[in-house]
Amino acid sequence: MTPSTTEIFDQVSELIAPFNQKSVPIKPETTFATDLELDSLSVMDMLAAIEDHFDVTVPLNILPDLETVGQVAEAIKDILDE
Amino acid sequence: MTTDLFEKFDSTLNEYNKLPEGELNPFTVSMDAVISPTEAIINGRKTILAGTNNYMGMTYNEECLKAAHEALSSFGTGTTGSRVLNGTYNGHKKLEETLKDFYGVDHAIVFSTGYQANLGVIATLAGSKDYVVIDADSHASIYDGCAMGNATVVRFTHNDPENLERRLARIRKKDPEAGILVVIEGVYSMLGDQAPIKELAEASKKHDAFVLVDEAHSVGVFGQTGRGVAQEQGVEHLVDFTVGTFSKSVGTVGGYCVSNHPKFEALRLVCRPYVFTASLPPSVVASANKALELIKDSNLRVKLLENSMRLNSGLANAGFNMGTTGESPIAAIIINDKDTAVAYWQNMMQEGVYVNLAVPPATPNGLYLMRCSLSAAHTLEQIDYMLEKFIAIGKKLNVLD
Ligand SMILES: Cc1ncc(COP(=O)(O)O)c(C=O)c1O
Repeated sequence: MTPSTTEIFDQVSELIAPFNQKSVPIKPETTFATDLELDSLSVMDMLAAIEDHFDVTVPLNILPDLETVGQVAEAIKDILDE
Repeated sequence: MTTDLFEKFDSTLNEYNKLPEGELNPFTVSMDAVISPTEAIINGRKTILAGTNNYMGMTYNEECLKAAHEALSSFGTGTTGSRVLNGTYNGHKKLEETLKDFYGVDHAIVFSTGYQANLGVIATLAGSKDYVVIDADSHASIYDGCAMGNATVVRFTHNDPENLERRLARIRKKDPEAGILVVIEGVYSMLGDQAPIKELAEASKKHDAFVLVDEAHSVGVFGQTGRGVAQEQGVEHLVDFTVGTFSKSVGTVGGYCVSNHPKFEALRLVCRPYVFTASLPPSVVASANKALELIKDSNLRVKLLENSMRLNSGLANAGFNMGTTGESPIAAIIINDKDTAVAYWQNMMQEGVYVNLAVPPATPNGLYLMRCSLSAAHTLEQIDYMLEKFIAIGKKLNVLD
C-alpha cells in the first residue's frame, strides 16, 4: 500500500526543512520560488532528496508544474501509484 | 486586457537596462576589424581576444583559407537546400568521410550547427517511451534537445557517477526494457572540468544505456589525435555517439554526430533538425575539412595547454579565487558579485583585453566569472599582458588584497 497524500506531504515537509532557511511554515500552498525563496539549484537539490527518500524518479518534464509543496506531494503520490 | 507577449521579459529587460549604453555594455560589443585569431579593433582600439573559442587559431590558417576560397569560387556562396533536397554536394560527403577517418568510426552525419546536432540527435533518438539522462550542468543545446523530444528527462548531479547509477537503477527497476540515452560533455565550458567518462559510461553500460558525449570544447584539444576527452581517457569503446562542432577548434561553423551503430544512417531520414534546414555553405565545408586534417596531426594542443597553464597559474599565484586549474583551455576567475564582475569586464576592455563576462544561467552554481578561453595562437607576450592587466584591475577593484 502506498502512503496517503497527507503522509507524503508530511514526509516532504520534513525533507524540505533543511532548505527552509527562514523557517516559513510549510503548507500545501507554500511555493518554492516565492515563499521559500529557493533558486533553481536549491530546488534541484531538494527534489533529489525527495527522489532518494521515496525511491522515485521525478522527471524534469513535470518540473514546471511543481510550484508548491502540495503539488510535489501530489506528484509523488501519482508516481508511487503508477 | 489581453497580455502583451513581451510582458514576461520585463524583469530581464529591467536588469539589462541597468547596464550602461555603448562601449561599456558587455553584451553589445562589435568588432570593427579582425586582425588575427587573437586580435581585433574594438571601439577604435587594438584589443586582445581572450574569450573566443578559437582554440587552434584556425580562422586564418593559410590552407583553410585557400580551401574555402576555392570552394567559394567553384561552388558558390550557398547550397540553398537541405541535406536531403539539393543541399548535399561532394564536399559534404567528403567532410563526412574525413570525420569517419578522424574518429575511426563507421558513420558520420554533418549538421548545420552543433546546437542542431544535439537537438536532432537527442530529440530523435529518445522517443516517448525512452529516457534521456543528462548531467545537471549540460549546455543549453542538450536541455533544448530534451525539451524538443518526447522522452522522460532525468538529471543527475554534475560529474557524479554514483548519482547517475542510482538514477539509472531506479529507471530500470520501474522500466526494465526502456531505451535510455545518457548525455555528458567531454569538457564543461565554464569551468573547464572534464567528465569522468569511464565511470559514467560504465554506470550507463551496467544498465544497458547508450552513451552520448558532446566533445564541443574538447575536439582538437584533447587526445592523441585530437578526438577529445574520450580518446584522452582511453574510453572511446564505451561511447556510442560523439557530438561535436566546427565552431571552436575547427574555426568555422557546423556540427556533427559520429557513431558505429549499424542503423545510424536512419537519422538522415527522421531527424528533423537535419532534414528541415539548409546545409552548410561549400566554403565552410571545405575549411572544416582542411582544419580537421590539420588538427589530427598537429601539436598545437600542446601549445594551447601551455598557454592556458601560464595564464591559470599566473592568476592563481597572484591570489585570485580560480574556478579553473589550467588543465583545459579555460581560465576563469570567480568574482563575488555581479557589479564587480561588470566593472572588471569594463576595465579589462578599456585596457584592450576582451574577456567573457559569464553570468548565470550560463554558469553553474550561480557563479559570476571573468572567463578566458585561450588559443594556441596567443603569444606569451599577449598572455603576460592579460595577466598584468588582470592583476592591476584586481587590485583596483579590491578583488585582490
Ligand atoms: C557543449 C556544447 N555543445 C554544443 C554547442 C553548440 O555548438 P555550435 O556553436 O556549433 O552550435 C556548444 C557551443 O556553445 C557547446 O558548448
